[in-house]
Amino acid sequence: MLLASDLACERGGRTLFSGLNFSLKRGSLLHVQGANGSGKTSLLRLLCRLSTPVAGKISWDGEDVRELREEYSAQITYIGHQPAIKDELNVLENLQTAQMLAGQPVERDQALHALGLLGIKKYAHLPARVLSQGQKRRVALARLWLSSTPLWVLDEPFNALDAEATNLLQQRIENHLDDGGMAVLTTHQTPSIAVHRVNLLVLA
Amino acid sequence: MMWLGLLRRELLLVLRHGSDVTAVLFFFVIAVSLFPLGLGAEPNLLRQVAPGVVWVSALLSAMLSLGRLFAADHADGTLEQIVLSPLPLVLSVAAKILGHWLVSGLPLVLLAPLLGLQFDLPVHELGILTLSLLLGTPVLSLIGAIGAALTLGVRGGGVLVAILVLPLYIPVLIFGAGAVTSSAAGLGAQGGLSLVGAMLVLAAVFAPLATAAALRIAME
Repeated sequence: MLLASDLACERGGRTLFSGLNFSLKRGSLLHVQGANGSGKTSLLRLLCRLSTPVAGKISWDGEDVRELREEYSAQITYIGHQPAIKDELNVLENLQTAQMLAGQPVERDQALHALGLLGIKKYAHLPARVLSQGQKRRVALARLWLSSTPLWVLDEPFNALDAEATNLLQQRIENHLDDGGMAVLTTHQTPSIAVHRVNLLVLA
Repeated sequence: MMWLGLLRRELLLVLRHGSDVTAVLFFFVIAVSLFPLGLGAEPNLLRQVAPGVVWVSALLSAMLSLGRLFAADHADGTLEQIVLSPLPLVLSVAAKILGHWLVSGLPLVLLAPLLGLQFDLPVHELGILTLSLLLGTPVLSLIGAIGAALTLGVRGGGVLVAILVLPLYIPVLIFGAGAVTSSAAGLGAQGGLSLVGAMLVLAAVFAPLATAAALRIAME
């Protein structure tokens, strides 16, 4: 279980939010909403321990994440604004490298299978620089079909995706929740995920 | 396992983007070769300036390649994934630094004896020069990584790295080049080489820690 208590965040001397409390159980999704600049991305980065909160604490299964360190990192799959795709590598290499960095290396066949599910298997051997934004996004998201971590942190995952890919992603997130996983995501759309699973968090 | 994967990725990226490395090597070769042309064909003078010339050129070449150590990974979001990786950041940083040295430090070491011939260095001194570079260039990569991490995301970072890092290179330069000079003077190279070796050990232990801390600050 992910628990945030009395969390506060500052950027450039301005308080984005303070006194933020929420908890996330297995099998549920936290949908973070808010206007531009309200601190959605900053919150996700706090949750991933990419930055430290000015106040408050985040705990994972009752333990402070600052003490869990890498053990906590191993629970997370984070896909940020930037897709972490290297132009010099081909699509397959990009996916395998990303999984290797996440500590979950996969065989070539598994990676190809994931790419196939997202309809980009035919580009597997093309360098990533020739892909469109949406295709790069699909490559980054393909990690979700290989990931076995309980907590997914997704920053605007539906950006640049077409209707078909959006559906695939929603289904994948639902399957993940069904399997007892958790997800935190920001999006300006309303994902069509069973309402009883969704917790809304509105940053003002 | 994962550490080797990261190192392999570093080398693969450089191979795919080979122009950067060859540019640095060309810079080194040309910078060293300009001195005999400018100073004239006076063998005694050339023999005396050779260690300093090769070492200073190596420092400048090492500086040139520091920019791409973290900047590209920072821009495309890979650095976030590296920080989030279950591998401790210190080890990931060490893999990146080793990758940097293998592609931009080691080739300088291998080229040095060839370039030293232009300065009419005797075989023994060529050996000492190569050995001093072998011990010294990893220190350049290690210290440079701290500078590269501290200036990450700062505008005009390239110039800032030079200002930050070059003063820290001075001891390596003095004892690295000094080892060759004192060997030529018949004093033996052991003192200089031992000191450069000691700096290598110190830097290998502390530079990855400092770099990892600086990267965490840059990510905030």
